[in-house]
Amino acid sequence: MKVFFAILLTAILTNNYILSKFLGICPFLGVSKKLNTAVGMSAAVIFVMLLASAATYPLNTFLENHGLGYLQTIVFILVIAALVQLVEIVLRKYIPSLYNSLGIYLPLITTNCAVLGVTILNIDNGYTFAQAMTNSFGAGLGFMVAMVMFAGVRSKLESCDIPKFLEGLPITLVAASLTSLSFLGFAGMVENMFGV
Amino acid sequence: MAEKKTLRQEFTKGIIKENPVLRLVLGTCPTLATTTSMESAIGMGISAAIVLICSNIVISALRKVIPQKVRIPCYIVVIAAFVTIVQMLVKAFVPTLDEQLGVYLPLIVVNCIILGRAEAFAGKNSIIASAVDGVGMGIGFTVALIVMSAIREFFGAGSLLGHSLLPESIPPMTIFILAPGGFFVFGLVMACANKLAEMGGGKKAKLGGCEACPMADSCTRLQNGEACETPAVEETATDVVNEVKEAAE
Repeated sequence: MKVFFAILLTAILTNNYILSKFLGICPFLGVSKKLNTAVGMSAAVIFVMLLASAATYPLNTFLENHGLGYLQTIVFILVIAALVQLVEIVLRKYIPSLYNSLGIYLPLITTNCAVLGVTILNIDNGYTFAQAMTNSFGAGLGFMVAMVMFAGVRSKLESCDIPKFLEGLPITLVAASLTSLSFLGFAGMVENMFGV
Repeated sequence: MAEKKTLRQEFTKGIIKENPVLRLVLGTCPTLATTTSMESAIGMGISAAIVLICSNIVISALRKVIPQKVRIPCYIVVIAAFVTIVQMLVKAFVPTLDEQLGVYLPLIVVNCIILGRAEAFAGKNSIIASAVDGVGMGIGFTVALIVMSAIREFFGAGSLLGHSLLPESIPPMTIFILAPGGFFVFGLVMACANKLAEMGGGKKAKLGGCEACPMADSCTRLQNGEACETPAVEETATDVVNEVKEAAE
């Protein structure tokens, strides 16, 4: 049990996928302008990360058993892309209410590096299936925490008097740097709490 | 002669005018993640450039064979194949680089620059022009990474390419090679690039400026509140599904 909490907290706080691993920067900078889109996008990311890990983990075992480990990258990206789209179609047909809140974000995340990243890292870290799912859930939650925090920062930023040369993308990146700095405060926390 | 001039333009545009990182704001993830040292930045730049050049050539050669409707899944397969080749080569010949780059090496597959160039250029132009475009964009990407990593390594570790430059009495500011430093340096480099572009009469870099990337295109649509309309990606999505269905049959 201790291990699962350690993995979860590591993925959310100390090794946040956006702020310390730099995975998923595109949506982080692109979709964080409004709070509600940030939440919707993150919810979809959590869902897709869980789904993608659940699908790719057994597939990887299958590939390795047959000596096809080198096909990992190709298989993972195609499986993730196809899977997400099938889910989108199913949702649209059978659960329209869920589709309206999550579905519109689904196509955006098929080629998101955070999703492919989490599936590959699950394998690289040698997690068991349950650990891999915990890690994916934590990564998704961490994505949400970072997105929501940053959406707040950006809404404050809009009313600020920014030096002209920093307007636009540069000041957004500097703000991201400060948000990321606040997460450095968690460094070492998980190790001390769980002694892992 | 005219042909030669346009080829030269294709080559130089990727380095300065349409620099993928600083002007088109593509491939931000590897730019931030692999610039902690110049060595890994150069490794990343060259790996991505090789994938870009090869996939540009192959996609351009196949542009009349690939059906318009399933082009994006085809592009992804070609790109993923070259990424796998590069991954195996790096693992075999430069294992230290493989350790430094880690997960970011397979993640070249989802690098917007490569899919973006395939979609915007290689799918429409001749093989030679696409190869030249790939070389230019690849060099542009590598140069941007080297600039970022030189700043970060110098301030963060007091060295360049692993050679110590600062005396022992000046402690390096480690924050520069940590995550916040990455965002900070990228912000400042971007501000300088914007200033230079403005002096040259160009426009500021914007995230929405990357029309080539299906993903980023949808991002700006989301910002404008037109979230339901994502034709570029929607199309891609259905294409992937159709292809899977066909394969199943």
